[in-house]
Amino acid sequence: MNNPYLQEELLRMSGVDPKKCMACGKCSASCPAYDEMEYHPHQFVSMVKNGDIEPLMKSESLYRCLTCFACAERCPRGVEPAKLVEAVRLAVIRQQGANRLKAQDVPALLDEEIPQQALVSAFRKYAK
Amino acid sequence: MQVKEYKPLIVAFCCNWCSYAGADLAGNNRLNYPAEVKIIRVPCSCRVNPMFILRAFQRGADGVILCGCHPGDCHYTSGNYFTRRRMAMLFSMLDFLGIERERTRVEWVSAAEGAKFAATMNDFVETVTALGENKRLEDLRCKR
Amino acid sequence: MQRIGVFVCWCGSNIAGTVDVKAVAEALKSEPGVVFSTDYQYMCSQAGQDLIKNAVKEHGLTGIVVCSCSPRMHEATFRKTAAAAGLNPYMVEIANIREQCSWVHKEMPIGTEKAIILGKAAVAKVHLNAPLTPGESPVTKRALVIGGGIAGIQTALDIADAGFEVDIVEKKPTIGGKMAQLDKTFPTLDCAACILTPKMVDVAQNEKVRIFSYSEVTEVKGFVGNFDVTIKKNARYVKEEICTGCGACVDKCPMKKVPNEFNLGMDNRRAIYIPFAQAVPKVATIDPNACNMLKNGKCGLCAKVCTAGAIDYTQKDEYIEEKYGAIVVATGFNPISMDQFDEFAYNQSKDVITSLEFERLTNAAGPTAGKLLRPSDGKHPHKIVFVQCVGSRCAACAEKGKEYCSKICCMYTAKHAMLTRDKYPDTEVYVFYIDVRTPGKNFDEFYRRAVEEYGVRYIKGMVGKIVPEGDKLKVQASDLLSNKQLHIDADLVVLAAAIEPDKSARPLATMLTASMDTNDFFTEAHPKLRPVESPTAGVFLSGACQGPKDIPETVSQAGAAASKVIGLLAKDKLTGNPCVAYSDEMMCNGCSSCEKVCPYGAITYEEKEFRMPDRSTAIRRVAVVNPAVCQGCGCCTVTCPSGAMDLRGFMNSQIMAEVDAICK
Repeated sequence: MNNPYLQEELLRMSGVDPKKCMACGKCSASCPAYDEMEYHPHQFVSMVKNGDIEPLMKSESLYRCLTCFACAERCPRGVEPAKLVEAVRLAVIRQQGANRLKAQDVPALLDEEIPQQALVSAFRKYAK
Repeated sequence: MQVKEYKPLIVAFCCNWCSYAGADLAGNNRLNYPAEVKIIRVPCSCRVNPMFILRAFQRGADGVILCGCHPGDCHYTSGNYFTRRRMAMLFSMLDFLGIERERTRVEWVSAAEGAKFAATMNDFVETVTALGENKRLEDLRCKR
Repeated sequence: MQRIGVFVCWCGSNIAGTVDVKAVAEALKSEPGVVFSTDYQYMCSQAGQDLIKNAVKEHGLTGIVVCSCSPRMHEATFRKTAAAAGLNPYMVEIANIREQCSWVHKEMPIGTEKAIILGKAAVAKVHLNAPLTPGESPVTKRALVIGGGIAGIQTALDIADAGFEVDIVEKKPTIGGKMAQLDKTFPTLDCAACILTPKMVDVAQNEKVRIFSYSEVTEVKGFVGNFDVTIKKNARYVKEEICTGCGACVDKCPMKKVPNEFNLGMDNRRAIYIPFAQAVPKVATIDPNACNMLKNGKCGLCAKVCTAGAIDYTQKDEYIEEKYGAIVVATGFNPISMDQFDEFAYNQSKDVITSLEFERLTNAAGPTAGKLLRPSDGKHPHKIVFVQCVGSRCAACAEKGKEYCSKICCMYTAKHAMLTRDKYPDTEVYVFYIDVRTPGKNFDEFYRRAVEEYGVRYIKGMVGKIVPEGDKLKVQASDLLSNKQLHIDADLVVLAAAIEPDKSARPLATMLTASMDTNDFFTEAHPKLRPVESPTAGVFLSGACQGPKDIPETVSQAGAAASKVIGLLAKDKLTGNPCVAYSDEMMCNGCSSCEKVCPYGAITYEEKEFRMPDRSTAIRRVAVVNPAVCQGCGCCTVTCPSGAMDLRGFMNSQIMAEVDAICK
């Protein structure tokens, strides 16, 4: 499963150095979408560090991240897991050569509960 | 006619606490470097007056290297910071005078870095050898 | 003209293997000034040294060059040899032809050629050597300890024990420091006050020790053995010698709402106060910011009730000047501010407290008389969450936390958790940890007991946020081992705040010219071999001012610092390093450049009278180097624009001569 090329690409895209992580778990403790995710923020960091990236790319967890950056803000080591999640998302998009959703698909998926912040980041995610 | 192989003359100033000890360690570990390097012991790299370096070039040295403790590790707390600043200015002036930047160098070598000392000297001698003889500042009155 | 003898060592085959020693001796014979040159198998052996001694006598040598191993190896040996032969030991120069020649070059001709050049350089230098005598300075046999916590107390007691006088300067009204605020101590769980207060009494009763409480050091001048220190004794508006510490004034004081800093603001004290019952010195202090009498002249109750007549509203700050031979820094630590950690809601809820506050809450002399009650409503908490590493190991947030591990938190958190479960078995106790670090005697066993015997729930993970809701604290955290996010409704949250050096340490370091690291901890002279000495001679380090430490470590470091101080004070005179800077007063133009670069403050400027060429006299400002303080780095010599400054043993002319000899 180890994919050094992809790993290097991800690190370059995100600017994140997962080696800085001291495995405290504050990212996962801060994450508001934790229970929605199959892989949690701290797992993103450790899996990318180990080059175990393909399961991440296949996981729905990518699209559960609200990009609220709570994990990045609170990380005591400045690892910024949210940027890694974003990078993996981009990697998926680049690989498929297309977006997961088209911009016009988004309104149909909206519901009233979605916070403003999530909407904004959703547009950043999908409307490429 | 026999062509004499060109051997540069290198003067190395080493601070007593880190780099001189590093050079000793290179010796202890039998790490070879060219004999063209001659070491002068100074208490601290900040003891090296720019005049010494000018004099070395005047007297025909082809390269001068200055070794001190790593920044922050100076035995005298702050000496190597002065060295760093002074030499940055001196070397750019020497460059202006036509003594190439490659002929002068400041390197931080700790007492534990015998291997780094030897590697640095090998590299420096190689660089200076490639540049050839230094004639710029040479005092013609004391021609060899 | 010097009469120089050259001695070339074979070092068995170490040198002779790649250097033709006979050729070296022969070549150096023709150098100017060389009157004798020889080689020998082992120059450092007794026979070799005798050879040198005899040659000095026979040939009337004034300088010696030994071509041998590194001067770091045998310079001292050959200097002693020279001294034994009646020569000044500083007339010896070593040419390093082993470590820096024979061992790094393989071919005989090349090695020999370089050895000759190195020998020539040494000869050239010896020509300019001058006899040097190390300076001597007297030692004031009294030590100053800055800080009166357990580190300072222990250091002072140990120094006094050896018969030297010690002064303790403490900025708070009482000595005792952080340890006086603690409840129990790990891993033995004996009570902090029971082991500390006898020491405080000891130190107060020791006739060799003087305590300046409520005082600060404001100026330090001088150098090792001869420090001149100014101590500012803050006005406490109570005559210390008269006050009996009866506390009648405290009872009558009408200003009852002053936050009590000893209990970290969790209860109130009066404007006139004695910090705690066992305070040393046990005298009252008036807080000038709270006292009505001092603020607007209305009240004066305490003066009326004081039967001893100790109250003095007109007292002024007093400055005391004293001489010391050695200074020990024991300024200690403080927990960092929690203001920046919004996610933990420290400023939003009274029930989020720091570990030091928890200590006061469980202390029998604390605001709740030792009952564990919530600060907000005084109810007994049933669910307590401890959060470790708050602000420690925080590399990304310099403005919030500290990059280092605070070292003591794992153990005191285990202690808190264990004691809580012991006293109140009905409470649920959670500890969130990143790593549990317990390297210490009986430390890991202690932590395991907390888990195994007392049922403290240790969870590998971190708390992400705390939201006060009703009378609960909603704690959101991660449990990494079971890969879950936890939501706990806690009654009390205890934050293990990182510790940082006391804020007074930085200005003090400037006064002492002692160096600090980027975290404001004092640096030691050598991290392994000289851990209790500062690089500045005569300044010693004790306790947490040098790095985070627990009590046993602090006490052992305090003892070590004391032994270093005793070693210094036991000397009648200090001999310095003679290779120090000196200034040619006739050339000095008084520009102060050297003064600014000197890392030791060894250079001062003095107005001196000079006779001018026309026989008139003039007053000029010139640099004067104190040889007892100068460490001989030589930075000033290069900075000096007029060339007045030079360094003995490494003079400009000597190094220049070496350069010339090498570049010939």
